[in-house]
Formats: sequence, structure tokens, C-alpha cells
Amino acid sequence: MSLMTEITIFVLAAFVGFEVISKVPTTLHTPLMSQTNAIHGIVMLGGLIVIGSADDTLEKVIGVIAIAFGTINIVGGFMVTDRMLAMFGGRKRKPKTESEPSTNRVAPDGAPSDQPGESGQ
Amino acid sequence: MTLLAALSPNSDFVTACYIVAFSLFIFGIRQGTHPRTARRGNLIAAAGMAVAIAITLSTDVIGHGVLILIGILIGTAVGVVASLRVQMTDMPQMVALYNGVGGGAAALISWSEFRHVSAGGSSIPLDIFVPILFSTVIGSVSFWGSNIAFGKLQAIIPSRPVQFPGQHIFNGLLLAAILAGCIVLGIDHDSPSQGLYIAVLIGAAVLGNLFVLPIGGADMPVVISLLNAFTGLAAAAAGFALDNVVLIVAGTLVGSSGTILTLEMSRAMNRSISNLLFSGFGAVSASAGEREERPVHSIGPEDAAIKLGYADSVVFVPGYGMAVAQAQHAVKELANELEKRGVHVSYAIHPVAGRMPGHMNVLLAEADVPYEQLKEMDEINPEMPQMDVAVVIGANDVTNPAAKDDPNSPIAGMPIIEVDQAKEVIVIKRSLSPGFAGIDNDLFYEDKTSMLFADAKGAASDIAAKVEEL
Repeated sequence: MSLMTEITIFVLAAFVGFEVISKVPTTLHTPLMSQTNAIHGIVMLGGLIVIGSADDTLEKVIGVIAIAFGTINIVGGFMVTDRMLAMFGGRKRKPKTESEPSTNRVAPDGAPSDQPGESGQ
Repeated sequence: MTLLAALSPNSDFVTACYIVAFSLFIFGIRQGTHPRTARRGNLIAAAGMAVAIAITLSTDVIGHGVLILIGILIGTAVGVVASLRVQMTDMPQMVALYNGVGGGAAALISWSEFRHVSAGGSSIPLDIFVPILFSTVIGSVSFWGSNIAFGKLQAIIPSRPVQFPGQHIFNGLLLAAILAGCIVLGIDHDSPSQGLYIAVLIGAAVLGNLFVLPIGGADMPVVISLLNAFTGLAAAAAGFALDNVVLIVAGTLVGSSGTILTLEMSRAMNRSISNLLFSGFGAVSASAGEREERPVHSIGPEDAAIKLGYADSVVFVPGYGMAVAQAQHAVKELANELEKRGVHVSYAIHPVAGRMPGHMNVLLAEADVPYEQLKEMDEINPEMPQMDVAVVIGANDVTNPAAKDDPNSPIAGMPIIEVDQAKEVIVIKRSLSPGFAGIDNDLFYEDKTSMLFADAKGAASDIAAKVEEL
């Protein structure tokens, strides 16, 4: 790849990045950050490539550390993002919102309905 | 290994796989615009990463398979343990560490690549050498800077700005020396000095330490975002050096993200990036120490319960103090009690309410607060006048009306959550002590404001119990 091709890719990627990321709501900025940490783990590829031509101990050590660092980013980043986003999904919320507020809303009708499920059908 | 290692890293097939990988990254981030799709988006991005790694491992430059395996195993073990054990309050530290290892990886790869290309005795092309130097310096600064940020957030080192006389001049000279070193290396690209390269690496390490040390704990959201942008650029530069398209695109995406977050954070604090980086905010606070005694209206949990229990709409305004007190679950309990009575509950989140962008939202999501109730500042402010009660918990400066009313205030112009527009305000706080900016909050002395002096967690539980008795 020529330098100019690479710069073209860089500039276009910057515009795409700005477009896409500015659409992420403030609420999700922490998971966004840990996810970009994970994507940044792509530097690990650089470690995989350079360690192949390592011929002294120093270069081998540098390579192993670089690969380990990159893998921490990838594995840790994606996993902790998933953990956070699972909380935003709010799986535990559904039973609560079904039982508690629905009985409240039935009450004003005066009908002492104990089976909100049946009235819904 | 040799059986698999068949593809040339520059072959069309490998490049095509890299294009698939970065497309999946972009698509994954795009899905992150809503919590319903964000989790899937994260998996999509992870799939992209798997494609990129798998195809790289099957190229013919791969060697030392055992060493690669060791690196991957260590990294996986650390990553899994860290991501499963980290508390949500500690997310800023975790991201600081991830920034650090990411920057460190980029610097190490550049170092190794430098040794490799300079060993042959032939001249290093500048379009390879300049990105190597860039990635070395930025990667090293991010690694050491992030470690200091981690130490400050974890309270291993004082979060107060640590300064010494002439620090800015020293940092400026150091930066100039690093740049000079890079230029000399560039001019000498026929046979660059190994020693000078190491000196540049070390100089960048010192600069990384010194540049974060003088920044106070509450400015960490900006520092973390900025270091995030740095690591992205370091990765992109490594991509230029290694002629690797997926590194360039992925690094640039991370760089864009970090830049957007940095700008957003500094806008939310109404301070320019240079002001944040070059003046410890804590240094200003010492001078604003003189405060007059003014009467406040103090209430107990019973009164607060009555105000809240008979309101139609209540908005909680949480600050970092709430997170420190681990009060988010107690606040959610209180919200549950209020909702049982038909009170409409929402949460107003200032962009810098936590220690990193979006931190407060994660803490509330952990306490099972529904996503729909989390309101951003621009969304909630127009609704504020209709709110019966605003409850400020562990927040201070971000609610201070002086930011709007007093042009001489140190926080003048900073966007705030306009709780002073609500019909009534309850502030839960341990004492009248000023916030991080070190200035008095006029909100506390307004007629419609009631102060509840207590620990946030205890107070929220007490009020919840009293609401239940109503």
C-alpha cells in the first residue's frame, strides 16, 4: 500500500468514526469506551506479526508482552462491555413492571381485579 | 504451524478478511446507539476481532507459535479475571488500565519493529519510520499517563494535583527534546542510533507521568478520554508502519471516539482542553475558601418522605458522592416506593456526574434503573419547571446556579442541571462543604431548598421506609 492510500483510508475512517460515534447517546458512553478499548486490542496483530521475526531474547520478550497486553484489551474489553450492556437490557425489570404498576392502574376503575392477566385478554 | 502458515500478509485474501473485520467493528459500534441492540453490536465487533486474529495467524510471517500462545494465555487470563471481578464503581480505573496496556502494546510493537528494520543496515524509509516514532512516543505517553490516572482513581497516589515549580516549562522542554530526538533519528534514517531511540522512549515515559500528575481527580473523565484517543492514534500509526489496513481503520475509530468524548467532557466542564491539562483546578479552590454563614432550611427523613410521597413527579440528580456512598441501590429502593404510589420518577444525569463519560448511567443501570428513566441534561432541563421535587444526591457543582447567574464565578458558563427551576429541591449531603470547584452553592440557601444532612445511602433507605409508612 502506498502512503497516500494509507492516508486516504485514515481520513475516511476518521470521518466514519466521527459520524457513527457521535450517534451513540451519552448514556452509553462508558460501554462505548470499554468497547473501543477492546477494538484497540487490534494492535495485538502487530505483536503477532513482529514476533515472527524476533531473533533475540529482548525482541521475544517485547513481543510476548505486546501480545499479552493486546489480548487483555480484547478479552477484557469485550467481556466487561457485555457485562455492562446486559445491565442496560434490564432483564430483571420485566416481572416487576408487570406485577406492580399494573395492579395500581387497575385499582382506579374500582374493580378489585386480582387477575390483570385475564382482563388483558 | 507451518502447515497453516501459507498466506502472504499482503495477499488480497488477507486484506479482504481485514476489510470484513473493520466493517464488523463499524457495524458493531453503529449498533451501540441503543441499549436494545448494543449488546449484539458488541458481539458483532468481537466477531470482527476473531476474523482479524484468525487470518493473521494463518499468514506466513507467523513464527514462535509457543511464545504467541503464552502471550495469548496470559492476556486472556488477566482479561477474564479483571472483567468479571471489577466493580462498576471502578470502571474508570479499568478503562484507564486498558488504555495503558493498549498504548504500551503499540509502543512495544514499534520498538520491536524499529529494531527489526534498523538491524538490516539498510536505510529505513521515512513513511515507515515516522509512524514508528509517532507510535513509540504516543504509546509510551499513554502507557505511563494511564498508569498515573489509574493510581489517582484507585487512590494509590494522591488525586490532588501534584505540582512542582516550573513544571510546565520542564514538560515543554521535555516535549521539545523528544521531538528533537525524533527529528535527529529521522534525518539519520540510514543508520539511526539505537541509544537515541531508547532515550526518546524513556523521555516519552517521563512525559506521560508528568503530564497526568498535576491533573486533579475530578478532571479524570477528560484525561481518560484523551488517553483513549491517544492509544487509538498510536494503533493507527502502528498500522502505517506495518502496512496493515485493519490496524489503521480500527485505531482511527478508537481515536475518533476518544476525541469526541474528550471534546464532550471539556464542553460539559466549560473548560478548554489546554486549561484542563495545564492548570490543576484544585489550585484555584484554595483561594475561594472564605464563605459567609447563611441560614439553610434543614429537614429530616419524615419531611422528605412527605414531600416526595405526595408529589406527582420526582427527579433524582445523582453525583459522584452517591457512587462513593454506594447509595444507588438505596436510591432505586426509594424510587420503587415512590412508583408504587404513582409518583413519576426520573433521573437527571450530568455528563460529568461520574469519573468517566457515562459512568453514572452504568451505576444506575446496575441498580436496575430502567434505561427510559435516565435523562440527559439537555433533555431534562426544559422539563425541570414541571418537576415537583428535585432530589440532589451527592452532587454539588453541577447544580450550582452561579454557573448561569454569576459571570465572576469560577464555574461561570458551565452547563448545569437546572434544579433551581424545580418547584421544590431536597439536597441530601453530609455537610455544607463546597464541591470540587471549592465554591459555595447558592442553591442550598434558596427558600424552596431543604437540606437533609446525612449519608446518602442511609438517608435514601430512611426516606424509603418513611414513604412506605405514609
